Amino acid sequence: MNQQELQALRAMIATHKRWDYMFGVLGILALMLALMTFVALFADMAVNGLGRINVDFLTSFPSRRAANAGILSAWVGSVLVMLVTACAAVPLGVAAGVYLEEYAPKNWVTDIIEINVTNLAGVPSIIYGLLALGLFVYTFGLGQSILTAGLTLALLILPIVIVATREAIRAIPQIIREGAYACGATTWQVVSDHIVPYSSAGILTGVIIGMARAIGETAPIITVGALTFIAFLPTAPFAGDPPAGLFDWLFAPFTVMPIQMFNWTSRPEAAFLNNAAAAGLILVLMTLTMNGLAIWLRYRLRKNIKW
Amino acid sequence: MKIAELGAVAALVLAGVSGAGPVQAQSLVKVDGSSTVYPITEAVAEDFQKSKKNSVRVTVGISGTGGGFKRFCRGETDISDASRPITKKEMDDCKAAGVEYIELPVAYDALTVVINPKNDWAKTMTVAQLKAIWEPAAQGKITNWNQINPAWPDRPLKLYGPGADSGTFEYFTEAINGKAKATRGDFTASEDDNVLVQGVARDVGGLGYFGFAYYTENKDKVAPVALLAASGKPAVAPSVETVINGTYQPLARPIFIYVNAKSADKPEVKEFVEYYMTHGEKLSKEVKYVSLPAKAYTYNLEHFQKRLKGTKFGGENKVGLTIEELMKLEAK
Repeated sequence: MNQQELQALRAMIATHKRWDYMFGVLGILALMLALMTFVALFADMAVNGLGRINVDFLTSFPSRRAANAGILSAWVGSVLVMLVTACAAVPLGVAAGVYLEEYAPKNWVTDIIEINVTNLAGVPSIIYGLLALGLFVYTFGLGQSILTAGLTLALLILPIVIVATREAIRAIPQIIREGAYACGATTWQVVSDHIVPYSSAGILTGVIIGMARAIGETAPIITVGALTFIAFLPTAPFAGDPPAGLFDWLFAPFTVMPIQMFNWTSRPEAAFLNNAAAAGLILVLMTLTMNGLAIWLRYRLRKNIKW
Repeated sequence: MKIAELGAVAALVLAGVSGAGPVQAQSLVKVDGSSTVYPITEAVAEDFQKSKKNSVRVTVGISGTGGGFKRFCRGETDISDASRPITKKEMDDCKAAGVEYIELPVAYDALTVVINPKNDWAKTMTVAQLKAIWEPAAQGKITNWNQINPAWPDRPLKLYGPGADSGTFEYFTEAINGKAKATRGDFTASEDDNVLVQGVARDVGGLGYFGFAYYTENKDKVAPVALLAASGKPAVAPSVETVINGTYQPLARPIFIYVNAKSADKPEVKEFVEYYMTHGEKLSKEVKYVSLPAKAYTYNLEHFQKRLKGTKFGGENKVGLTIEELMKLEAK
């Protein structure tokens, strides 16, 4: 290689590096834009809301006086609804994802199901609310309850869980399946001993993305009849007189955090805006806790994978 | 093992939640309906539950006047909040479902037309001028203040108003344009009245309308428009006094609760309504509404105790009803 060729090569490498650098800067700018928006919103909320957060705020019911109002019924409602959502969406979503990846024959019926699942992820949330109002509230007679709201949000995040499950399963090397089948394992044994445990980290990520979306949803929850003023909690299992059944709380009336916030932001008194900001901070904290739990669980699960 | 871990987490969450709720199975009063009436009902519900030491549960929703009546006529709620009288269609729905009701006016609201505080030309307006601005024919044509009155400055007219689902919108269009829901479409609509306040506060050429409570909380940001109902009469600004003496016309309106007659026999609903009528005057003032005179609540209480069913409005809204006229109507 002569000197001239070498120089041309160096020039080319330099140009390419410049392009790489420029794209890197562009990428950082894009990231900063998203991040700064979040930081600005969060800071604004923190400035307005931080002063309102104390034990009383978490343990008081709503009130017409901004200073006495709290979010007890809202956060308990949100936690319970999320619990129902997770209990319904995770088994259904994981089962559907496993079926589509491991059992379903590759034909046009499966193709149609796949296209529908992907499309469902793009359906506006209010549609799920209307569906749930007709189906759960009136047809099944579940009433305007925690159960109805939890199932509605479960429907909403089902496509997200299914898609995440399938992505996670696809990431498992084919040789694992082949090895198991070669040893005479049935499909069920392959799925329960290998596929689901190995993909559980990816599935969890999907579940958390779904849950984080669900916890902030307002429209479908209002449609199925969440309340605005509610100054009591669902009866705990076996408490009360006559004693409540184990699942009585599922049928209790409820409200959730985003509805409480929305109600406060539309009040005429400015003091309620601070309450809304404080409730917003708690909501972000709840999402963060959920994420933290998922990261911890994912870490635990990954440690157990031996391949 | 992983399943066991997940189970442990779920159990923890459950345990935490059940620890937080030492509440007993109790009687329940279900209220839903207008967001305009909501602040009063919420205040009553809050104090009522405290006075009963939480032995009675009250829930209040905001499905809107129309949405509230839908649920009410299906028998799902005990009480419906309404920012207008029940309509003919809703009366038929209730009748079909065998739901009878007791109509009780609880307070007055003054719809307030507001302008930017820097606007020094439109501090008084006639109803005809408001109509010229808001009627459907104005769409796309009336876009400048000097089109309403040549003496007014050449400045773009920016309009803000509540969305089509609100009872406030229905009443305003009926009172000003002569027909409920008839309006121009090219204005900034929001269900959140604070958005309307912000809009008018930022725009010198802005004009909007919403309930009196939002004006009283934002007196530093927006200015009220005094109304000239007819020429020769003095212009009247919205205030507690002008609503009570009946001169603020035609934008003062009564707001109601409707009690399911069957529910009224349940002790918890009966006590709640009685509490509403005995404390309604104080509490509606506290949440910045114009309360009815004390005798109106006394009358309501008698009306309720005698279980006088039906509506006094015959399925129609009556625009520009003064408190005096309302009470005469209710006494019929």
